[in-house]
Amino acid sequence: MTQTVDSALRSALFTYLVRLGDDSLVLGQRLAELVSWQPDLEEDIAVANLALDHIGHCRNFYAYAGAVEGKGRDEDQLAFLRDERDFLNLVLCEQPNGDFGQTMARQLLFDAWRLPLLEALRDSADAQLGGIAGKAAKEARYHLQHSVTWVVRLGDGTQESNERMQAGLDFMWRYTDELFWGDEVEAALVAAGMAPDPASLRSTWETTIGDVLDRAHLRRPADPRQRGGGRTGHHTEALGRMLPELQFLQRSYPGLEW
Amino acid sequence: MSYDVPHVPGEPEAESSSSAGPGFPLWEVFVRPSRGLNHVHVGSLHAPDAETAMQNGRDVYTRRQEGVSIWVVPSAAIHATDPFEEEAWFDSHKPYRHPTFYEIPDEVGHM
Repeated sequence: MTQTVDSALRSALFTYLVRLGDDSLVLGQRLAELVSWQPDLEEDIAVANLALDHIGHCRNFYAYAGAVEGKGRDEDQLAFLRDERDFLNLVLCEQPNGDFGQTMARQLLFDAWRLPLLEALRDSADAQLGGIAGKAAKEARYHLQHSVTWVVRLGDGTQESNERMQAGLDFMWRYTDELFWGDEVEAALVAAGMAPDPASLRSTWETTIGDVLDRAHLRRPADPRQRGGGRTGHHTEALGRMLPELQFLQRSYPGLEW
Repeated sequence: MSYDVPHVPGEPEAESSSSAGPGFPLWEVFVRPSRGLNHVHVGSLHAPDAETAMQNGRDVYTRRQEGVSIWVVPSAAIHATDPFEEEAWFDSHKPYRHPTFYEIPDEVGHM
């Protein structure tokens, strides 16, 4: 960050970094909940890898957010000492795992959005944000492969797996519109050439999802009702239940290091 | 859709009636540690198909940058020598086959 960045833009950048970091933390925590519960050993390790990747991304976003904010907050403070209303993740990320089909539906819908976002951010006018995104994009590419693989196999598998994959997709679909919403935070960064317009990611996402659903013999859910609000701290019930487990150690033993 | 678990010599018969249900086929995983080196057998895993087997191999066996390339082979496609034939096949002591009895002239240098 150079000193030429004015304070309004700096504030927008902080919020944007927290939003992206919260996506990673909350999704990483959801995936971590699955460790030791997966259908087989191989997938158990795969899901642990995914969780760790997301938590790694979150640390990078938080560390930079803390530096931009300039109040001395580090990754731990941002992750563990904020309340539900301060979390700015997409509501999609906090949705419960449900069965394996529901989990993979959430992962696919997120991964198909996250990869083009990170790839666009690589060219950010903010070099540090670009660097963080470039590193994360490599892993996000694998994440998308992983979720596509499972959605296609389950959708194109047995009648049972197809029905459960479709049910998972139907459940998660109402949280997808928020992927493409933006407010004055994104607008400020778009104007500064630091981030892409969220709406510009939709066509890539639609193409990816459409292709996967075709291959998986799944229906595009028709439910027009959409639920968002996570970007401004208005969450679904699911996040409130997750945070106590995520945060209890720092809440109970403030400043604990290990 | 069902999958047959291939018989692997030496491996006990899988209990297909166990609570785990019908298993996925077994695959042998080979990882190339870096360019220029050979793929080396690192272990085996279960997966429904080759693509998933490669992904699983990546997740299980290359978590710490162990490799740059993965091969997977259905375990059923591996033909193995019989361990009970080990003496007949391999236990031949013929040290003269190692080129250690030659005097190397100094001019040759390091070989």
